[in-house]
Amino acid sequence: MSVLVEISGLRKAFGPLQVLRGIDLTVSRGEVVCVIGPSGSGKSTLLRCVNLLEEPTGGRVVVDGVELTDPDVDIDAARRRIGMVFQQFNLFSHLSVLDNLTIAQRKVLRRGRAEAERVARENLARVGLAEKIDAMPGQLSGGQQQRVAIARSLSMAPELMLFDEPTSALDPELVGDVLGVMRQLADEGMTMMVVTHEMQFAREVADRVLFMDGGVVVEEGPADEVIGEPRHERTRTFLSRVLDPTHHGPGDPTS
Amino acid sequence: MALSKRRRAQVVRGVQYGVLVVAAVALALAVDWQQVRHAFLDADAAGRLFPGIILTGLKNTLVYAALGFAVGLGLGLVLALMRMSSVGPYRWLATAYIEFFRGVPALLVFIAFGFGVPLAFQIRFDTYSTVALSLGLVGAAYMAETIRAGIQAVPKGQVEAARSLGMPAGMAMFTIVIPQAFRIILPPLTNELILLTKDSSLVYLLGVARDEYELTKIGREALNVSPNLTPILVAGLCYLIITIPLSQLSRYLERRTGGRRISSPESTGLEVKA
Ligand SMILES: Nc1ncnc2c1ncn2[C@@H]1O[C@H](COP(=O)(O)OP(=O)(O)OP(=O)(O)O)[C@@H](O)[C@H]1O
Ligand SMILES: [Mg+2]
Repeated sequence: MSVLVEISGLRKAFGPLQVLRGIDLTVSRGEVVCVIGPSGSGKSTLLRCVNLLEEPTGGRVVVDGVELTDPDVDIDAARRRIGMVFQQFNLFSHLSVLDNLTIAQRKVLRRGRAEAERVARENLARVGLAEKIDAMPGQLSGGQQQRVAIARSLSMAPELMLFDEPTSALDPELVGDVLGVMRQLADEGMTMMVVTHEMQFAREVADRVLFMDGGVVVEEGPADEVIGEPRHERTRTFLSRVLDPTHHGPGDPTS
Repeated sequence: MALSKRRRAQVVRGVQYGVLVVAAVALALAVDWQQVRHAFLDADAAGRLFPGIILTGLKNTLVYAALGFAVGLGLGLVLALMRMSSVGPYRWLATAYIEFFRGVPALLVFIAFGFGVPLAFQIRFDTYSTVALSLGLVGAAYMAETIRAGIQAVPKGQVEAARSLGMPAGMAMFTIVIPQAFRIILPPLTNELILLTKDSSLVYLLGVARDEYELTKIGREALNVSPNLTPILVAGLCYLIITIPLSQLSRYLERRTGGRRISSPESTGLEVKA
C-alpha cells in the first residue's frame, strides 16, 4: 500500500508550552488510524498540523507527496484534498445545506452550478440526508449537522479525511448515525485519521490505534492490541478510566 | 402590619403612576396653550410648506442619509479590516482615523469638506458629494468599530471550516465571515443610519441651491416668511416619519437574530448570547 501521510519529527509549541514533542507517523492509503489519549495530550493539535490549521514549530508533514511544511507550498491547493470534520460541526450558519455543500466546490474548485449540485446531492444521499437539502443548519439536530459537515468535506473529493472528536458534542442517541456514516466511509476505502473517545468504534473500524500522552505517541498498533492488551502502564490507566469510568480508586485525579 | 411582597409591589407601582400623573397635569397647567397654538400649531403656515417639504426636504434628507451611509459602510468595512490586520501600519492608521473622526464634531467635518478641501485642492464638489463624503467619513469611524465587533463575534470555527475546504483567507472572510457578521450587526447599523439621517441637517452650513434643501433647511427658510415656529414642528415630525420606522426595524431585527447582540459603537465590549 502506498503512503499518503508522512509525519516526521513533528513538534508544536504554544509559547513555552510544548504540546507535540516529536511525532513520527505514516498513514497508508485506505488506512483508518484512530488517535486516543487523555485530554490535553495533543490529539487535536496533531490533527490540525496535518492540514496546517496549526503551523508546526518543527518537523515535516507530507500529504500525498506534497510537503505542507515547505514555506512555499500552496496550502490552499493542498487543503482541497484533505477533508476535516470538527467537534462543533462548523456548518456555515447563513447558508442552506445545499449551499454549504456547493460553495467551496464552486468557488475553490470552480465547478459549474449543475455539477456542484449533482455532487452535493450524491453526498447528502451518502450520509442519509437527501431530504434536508433545503434546510438551514439551525433547523437540524446535532447528528444531522455533523453528517452534513461530513458530506460537505466529501463533496471536495478528498484523499484524506480528518475527524476531531466528531461525536463528542452529540447527544448519546445521535452518536450512532454519525459513526455509521464513518464506518461506511472506511469500508469504501477512505483514508481516515480519527481522534475519538469511542473505543468500540476504534476497535471495530481502526486498522491502527495510536495512544498519545504528553505530546508523544506512547503506544501504537492494531486496535485489538492497543485497546485489548495495552503494553504500557499509561495506556492501561487511561483505558480503565475511559472504559469503566465509575470504578476509579479514591483520590483518582480525573474524578 | 406586614404587607405581602406582591401587595407591596402593587403599592409602589401605584405611587409611581400617581406621581407621573400629577407631574403631567402640573406641566399641562403651567403651559400657556394659547401661546403654543399660536407659535407651533398654525394650520395655514403648515399648509404652505406642502408639498415642498415632502418632495424636496424629505426626499433630500433621505438621499443625503443614504449616500452618507453607503460611503460610511464601504469605508467602515475597509477600516475594520485594517484594524484587524496583522500589518502594524494599517492598524495604526485605522485606529488614528477612528479616534479622530469619532472625536471631532460632524459640524467641523462638514465645514472642512464644504470649504477647506475645495480651497486646499482646488477642486469643487457638488452638494451631494460633499454631504456623502462628510457624513460618510464620520459614519465610517463608528461603523468600523461595529463591523469589527461583528466580525469578531463570528465563531472561529467558521473560518477554520472554510480554510480547510481550501478557501484562501480573503475568500473565507468575504464569503463566510462578513455575511454572518452583517447579520449580527444589522440592529446597530440601523441605529447608525438614524444618526446619519439627523446629521444630514448639517448641510445648512453649505450654501446650497433651493432644490438641494433638506428638512431642517426648509424649516429654517420657512421661518423667515412664517409669522410663527410651525415649520420647525412640521420638519421635526418629518424626521420622525423616517426614524421611527427605522428604529422599529432595528428592534425587529434584534428580536429576529435571537438575542445575539453587539453593543453600541461607543463601547468596545460586545455580548454574544449563544
Ligand atoms: N491555540 C492554542 N494556544 C495555546 N495553547 C493551546 C492552543 N491550542 C491548544 N493548546 C494547548 O495545547 C494542549 C493540547 O491541546 P489539544 O487540543 O491538542 O489536546 P487534546 O488532546 O485534543 O485534548 P482534548 O481531548 O481535551 O480535546 C492543551 O494543553 C491546550 O491547552
Ligand atoms: Mg481535542
